[in-house]
Amino acid sequence: MFEFFLEDSTLSAIGLSLQLASATTLVLLVFATPLAWWLSKGASWLRSCVSSVVAMPMVLPPSVLGFYLLVSFGPQGPIGHLTQLMGLQGLNFTFSGLLIGSLIYSLPFAVQPLQNAFEAIGTRPLEVAATLRASPLDTFLHVVLPLSKPGYLTAGVLVFAHTVGEFGVVLMLGGNIPGKTQVLSTKIYGHVEAMEYAQAHWLAAMMLVFSFFCLLALAGLRKQARPTRV
Amino acid sequence: MSDLNIQLRLQKASFELNIDRVLPGSGIHGIFGASGSGKTTLLRCLAGLESQAVGRIEIGEERWLDSQRQLFVPAWKREVGYVFQEASLFPHLNVLGNLKFGLSRAKTPAAQVALNEAIDLLGLDRLLERHTSELSGGERQRVAIARALATRPKLLLLDEPLSAVDQSRKNDIYPWIEKLTSELKIPILLVTHAIEEIARLTQHLVILERGQVLCAGSTLDLMSSLDTPFDFGDQTSVLFTGQVQEISNEWNLAKIAFEQHGLWIENQNFSLHQMIKVRLLAKDVSLSLSKPQDTSIQNLLACKITGLDQAHSASQCLVQLQCGSSRLLAKITKKASIHLQLGVGMQLWAQVKSVAIAQ
Repeated sequence: MFEFFLEDSTLSAIGLSLQLASATTLVLLVFATPLAWWLSKGASWLRSCVSSVVAMPMVLPPSVLGFYLLVSFGPQGPIGHLTQLMGLQGLNFTFSGLLIGSLIYSLPFAVQPLQNAFEAIGTRPLEVAATLRASPLDTFLHVVLPLSKPGYLTAGVLVFAHTVGEFGVVLMLGGNIPGKTQVLSTKIYGHVEAMEYAQAHWLAAMMLVFSFFCLLALAGLRKQARPTRV
Repeated sequence: MSDLNIQLRLQKASFELNIDRVLPGSGIHGIFGASGSGKTTLLRCLAGLESQAVGRIEIGEERWLDSQRQLFVPAWKREVGYVFQEASLFPHLNVLGNLKFGLSRAKTPAAQVALNEAIDLLGLDRLLERHTSELSGGERQRVAIARALATRPKLLLLDEPLSAVDQSRKNDIYPWIEKLTSELKIPILLVTHAIEEIARLTQHLVILERGQVLCAGSTLDLMSSLDTPFDFGDQTSVLFTGQVQEISNEWNLAKIAFEQHGLWIENQNFSLHQMIKVRLLAKDVSLSLSKPQDTSIQNLLACKITGLDQAHSASQCLVQLQCGSSRLLAKITKKASIHLQLGVGMQLWAQVKSVAIAQ
């Protein structure tokens, strides 16, 4: 009854999901850092706008986001046009396309915990570091990063879990091609469409347990991140 | 020794900081004034934490700010030590980690020596491995001061370092700060709103009002002069340092040299010839035209009136007295001054009811 787990298409779907989630998490933690830092430094008209754009994937239906990305990646779209000019293959129905979609889709889940962590630190530790001869970069690496560790862990878990659970964007952009762009969530969809409920059940249960442990880890992190007196 | 040359302007919401002063390059300078008078802002400008400040700041040969030449040295390039109101230790480092933070960045060969000295000076050798959350308020401030000193600053800024520390702990920290003055040859600026701290710790005093210098000078002179345009209220007092001349174990009293009379005060484990800084509060000094014969007060000083401030308050007036080469202040009611027909040049007796130990 477990033999379907060993099927190539199942294993590759699980592998692809993990690959996509890991890559998205790593890239986002790096790129969200300067963005979150800038957003945490006070309020302005421009910051409010950028902040809203960053948060957009949270309210937009994934299919809408997927649709716009599909169109812009296509040969007539601006990005598709660019990839053509550079002699690259189109991004639609490729892993790279999925990755770009995931990066945009999960961006708020990286930016917001980091922004909160940076805001919680406040300006005082930065001023203290400056009076102790630490340059701004030095301060960021040796004061801000260690103090916002819980924020990074939260962002990492959220982005990873959210990417594994992503469906609409992946389906739109990837087209559910087994071994290439078929991830766990779209694989379940495939099973259901083919009336293979037993397989769908097993994979769904896996996702359920995975989600539960992600949330459990988050709760643990929140407890750890209780504000410390500086 | 490097004098501190300050010309600063900075517009804040409730006041405009506007200061033009040269402060002597050693000793503790008290920065005093009501809240919102610009005390902390002044310190922040000196440290380079206020990027909008304009003017000029020089310490010795070094220039940290010169707006005319577009010069603004950022905080992390100024050799300044700053101790904030709350200790602001880094919670992700232990005590030693905190102490070493500035040391490794100061890039002075003498920094390691400076750290060892600071650890000794502030008595921290037993706390080095502790986590910052395991320290008491007083210990945290001592670590913060040592951390600032370990960078070998040319200027030490203390922003109400004792405001978050309870009274009994304050008495533990005072001696450490006093030691700084004798051991370090750098100017120290101490912001405080406690007159006791001014009297006890500072040699110089700058009084601020709405961002401007109201008056500045030696703490001793400012506190004992009728001309000081600041009302210290009940805390109006004179300060002096005297040597213990005699100790009476029978009465638990000690006699401190003061002009030809000497002053008897409670013996607080003093040793003979020890120098003691004392404070005579004006409200504890009363006057008598003739030498009182049958009074409970032990300390009687022959004085001459050198000044009278009738405008001191609605009911009180302040009398400035000369006793030998020392100056005293007495706060009495206006009614009494009229009744006794007090006038400048009159000889009379001052009775000192109590003497506060300032050190």
